[in-house]
Amino acid sequence: MDLQKLITKPRKGVKPHKAAEGLDVVGKSVLRVDGWEKITGAAKYTDDLEFGPGLLYAALVESPFAHARIKSIDVTRAEKLHGVVKVVTGRNFTAKFGLYMNDRYVFATDTVRFVGEQVAAVVATDPKTALRGAALVKVEYEELPAVMDAVKALEKDSPLVHPDLKSYTHVPWFFPKPGTNIAHWRKIRKGDLAKGFKDADLVMEDIYTVPRYAHCAIEPHSAIGLYDASGRLTMWTSSQSPFTQRHVFAETLKSFGLSHKDVRVISTYIGGGFGGKAGVTMEIIAAALAIAVPGRPVKLLWSRAQEFYNTYQRLGCTAKIKMGVSKAGKITALDFKLHWDSGAYVEYGANVVNAAGLSASGPYKVDNLSIDSMCTYTNLPPCGAYRGFGYSEFLFGLESHITRMARELGIDPVEFRLKNAIKEGDTLPYGAHMNPTGIRDAIERVAKEIKWGVKEKSRDPRKVIGKAQVCFWKSPAMPPNASSSAFLKFNEDGSINLLVSGMEIGQGLLTVMAQIASEVLSVPVSKIRVETPDTDRNPYEWQTVGSHVTWGCGNAVKRAALEARERILDLVQRVHCLDKSTLYLEDEHVKCRTKPDFALRFSDFVINGIQADDHTFKGGPIMGSGVFMPEFSSAISDPETGQGGHPNVHYTTGSAGIILEVDRETGKMKIKKVALAVDCGKAINPDLVRGQIVGGLLQGFATVLYEDMRYNEGGRQLNPNFSDYKIPTVMDMPDMVVPIIIEVAQPDGPYGARGVGEHTMIPCAPLIANAVEDALGVRIRSMPVTKEKVALAVKAAKK
Amino acid sequence: MKIHNIQFKLNGEKVALAVEPSDVLLDVLRGKLGIKSPKIGCDRGDCGTCTILMDGRAVRSCLALAVEADGAEIVTLEGANTRKWTQKLQKKFHEKNAFQCGFCAPGVILSATELLEKNSKPTAHEIKEAIAGNLCRCTGYEPIVAAIEETVKGR
Repeated sequence: MDLQKLITKPRKGVKPHKAAEGLDVVGKSVLRVDGWEKITGAAKYTDDLEFGPGLLYAALVESPFAHARIKSIDVTRAEKLHGVVKVVTGRNFTAKFGLYMNDRYVFATDTVRFVGEQVAAVVATDPKTALRGAALVKVEYEELPAVMDAVKALEKDSPLVHPDLKSYTHVPWFFPKPGTNIAHWRKIRKGDLAKGFKDADLVMEDIYTVPRYAHCAIEPHSAIGLYDASGRLTMWTSSQSPFTQRHVFAETLKSFGLSHKDVRVISTYIGGGFGGKAGVTMEIIAAALAIAVPGRPVKLLWSRAQEFYNTYQRLGCTAKIKMGVSKAGKITALDFKLHWDSGAYVEYGANVVNAAGLSASGPYKVDNLSIDSMCTYTNLPPCGAYRGFGYSEFLFGLESHITRMARELGIDPVEFRLKNAIKEGDTLPYGAHMNPTGIRDAIERVAKEIKWGVKEKSRDPRKVIGKAQVCFWKSPAMPPNASSSAFLKFNEDGSINLLVSGMEIGQGLLTVMAQIASEVLSVPVSKIRVETPDTDRNPYEWQTVGSHVTWGCGNAVKRAALEARERILDLVQRVHCLDKSTLYLEDEHVKCRTKPDFALRFSDFVINGIQADDHTFKGGPIMGSGVFMPEFSSAISDPETGQGGHPNVHYTTGSAGIILEVDRETGKMKIKKVALAVDCGKAINPDLVRGQIVGGLLQGFATVLYEDMRYNEGGRQLNPNFSDYKIPTVMDMPDMVVPIIIEVAQPDGPYGARGVGEHTMIPCAPLIANAVEDALGVRIRSMPVTKEKVALAVKAAKK
Repeated sequence: MKIHNIQFKLNGEKVALAVEPSDVLLDVLRGKLGIKSPKIGCDRGDCGTCTILMDGRAVRSCLALAVEADGAEIVTLEGANTRKWTQKLQKKFHEKNAFQCGFCAPGVILSATELLEKNSKPTAHEIKEAIAGNLCRCTGYEPIVAAIEETVKGR
């Protein structure tokens, strides 16, 4: 007799375990739990909160210079203005702060380093008075030579943005070069580069440039601070990172006697983040002002212009690429030098540089590899996280270059990508091994969707059609010990309050977390309430960035739900003397495989316990907690080679293709069709994944086709508004978007899931540049690829 | 500074208040009347997230002075929730995930309400034109257009 069969064969009348039947809620496009609130206008954002007539308002005094020494600040006239409560300068707030590198100041004290930097703040009883007061503060400056370009900043006689760099504290995986403008230099050295180039049949070298960009979340940053008589600082902020903010507030303001327990951050819904509301930017000013005016709430609300020049911008990047390829179409060597313009403060931006440096090979197997990713200070606004975190920038050069080299060798660019695409187990640039990936499936399905290889003609004789296909990958960029936690509480009626601190930033996190808890506990999503966090009540989450919360926070929620399940099963086993292994949860009941008529409703015992035969009660409130930390991760490696650590937890991969119509004369482009396939491991809510694809693509195309940030010679941004910095309207939608979901499970993800939020934006720039070349034979090497640039390139090519 | 006493109908109820000549309607709605669905996005008429209905027309309340509201009938999403087209739109917006962060949703829904109240059979282009002044950074607009189209079709 087959022993194995005997063990697994279900006994008659015994219900198989639910897991064997597949999933009930995970994988279903349930409606968003935050939907009704948002579409009725009831959802509250930070600036919607009421603080009563005692609320004070702040306005800033900002630097008009890109680099200057502050000689004096005269606040006397401002202080005399009726309605002004206090004028605050950097004198009382001398501690520097930062996420990865402590280089930022609450207020500039001796030196201003970019146009728009905060020098002082005026706190008043109403916003208009605060602005009038700010205009009365007189600051005397001595202008200093400034540097606005990341490459020029490396020259020997360049002005130094941070002469005291040597004294700055930073994470151990950063390598600043004091006495220069280099804040961090990530090096990767793998294999034998010289041999790789020797083995190549074609070596091609070029430079690709990517300017700065702005997030343009429709909601500006806002923060309200209250420092009360009990010595506690409460902050209401529009933030992707409430716990990280709490930490930074507590550390920066500890000289005022604050410890972490005294700082409370409350985050409402946020009106778009895209990385711009990660970490701490303007919120530290509101925190300092609250300390300066104890007992009264102080509000700081950013204008649209401040949103552009004094939060984070996306880093500018000049990428020098040299690649060797064999006739057979294998990449034999890659030498990639990325020079990043990170602005005046790089406390977050330097980690963008680090992340790009670790992964600039793209999703390809490259055995002979050299990457230099250099973070440079300039006297332009500070840069930091933006959806894509450095990957959009290097992919523009890399994916442009790959298509050019494949064409030069007469190899089909899609074939070329299939040939070089990374596989599970391949060695990554830093020596660890690649996670499971569906990239080949993604490439093939996209190629089919855009009819790759079939040349198409426009019906309009003035227009031509070009096609392109590229690949992408991205890993969450996070410290190796970034963790998530969750807390789950049952209520009397069997409903659940699920507490997490992952932020709902539009992606649908609350819904997905409810789905995971629902799946484990058989409680419908409609009976699970998940809300935005309050750091006093909700458990820890590092930040909602890097497309990692479905994975990290999802794991914590699953563990919390499993713990609650264990407690339920333990209790039923103890009171009803049923073997735990025969019990399962279904439709909000505990059921038993060996006793088909046994069914115990959750609402009968999850708070008040189960009554035993002797009339006593056993149990009590059912709760669960879950913690997740990627314990295999490590950021320490050889600074000269980058080898040795395991800095990235996993990569999400995919491919995207485009059919682009271009007007020969005007360069005007129309996206006829775009397809994007992403391997999300498991789509917990497929409609939400599709939402990320459709939305991310347009945000990506915006950076190629429309958005164009301009500065004058003095370092002042010329277009900090939506009239002159053009983000897409509904008129700019592609004609057709085809989202494709690939599911190759991530072994350590909840139900196999990994993140997709950023990935949908990052392939757009090379898609357009490659399709333009396919259509018109001109190659654009600098972003944005505007119609003007295309038309001029066509004109120049004709000469 | 001269103070103006103004009266208008707000979401069906009469309100009377004193404003300064430079007071912006959006700030008065949000700061003095507790109406929070119109948001502050750009303060210069670019983004449309402050959209309200003024005498049935979609208006950017960041570009209107409070004194201009004197005698008008103003409806924000708080009050539009009872209008036939608004309700239908909201249902479809929910089903189609025609929002993500939700910050632009009140303005978009009011712009679409104005359209459908005037023209219950708009073309695809008319739908796009009606919401072309409402910026959304999350959705890529596709689900918004789909939600409005489905509202029109009554599916």
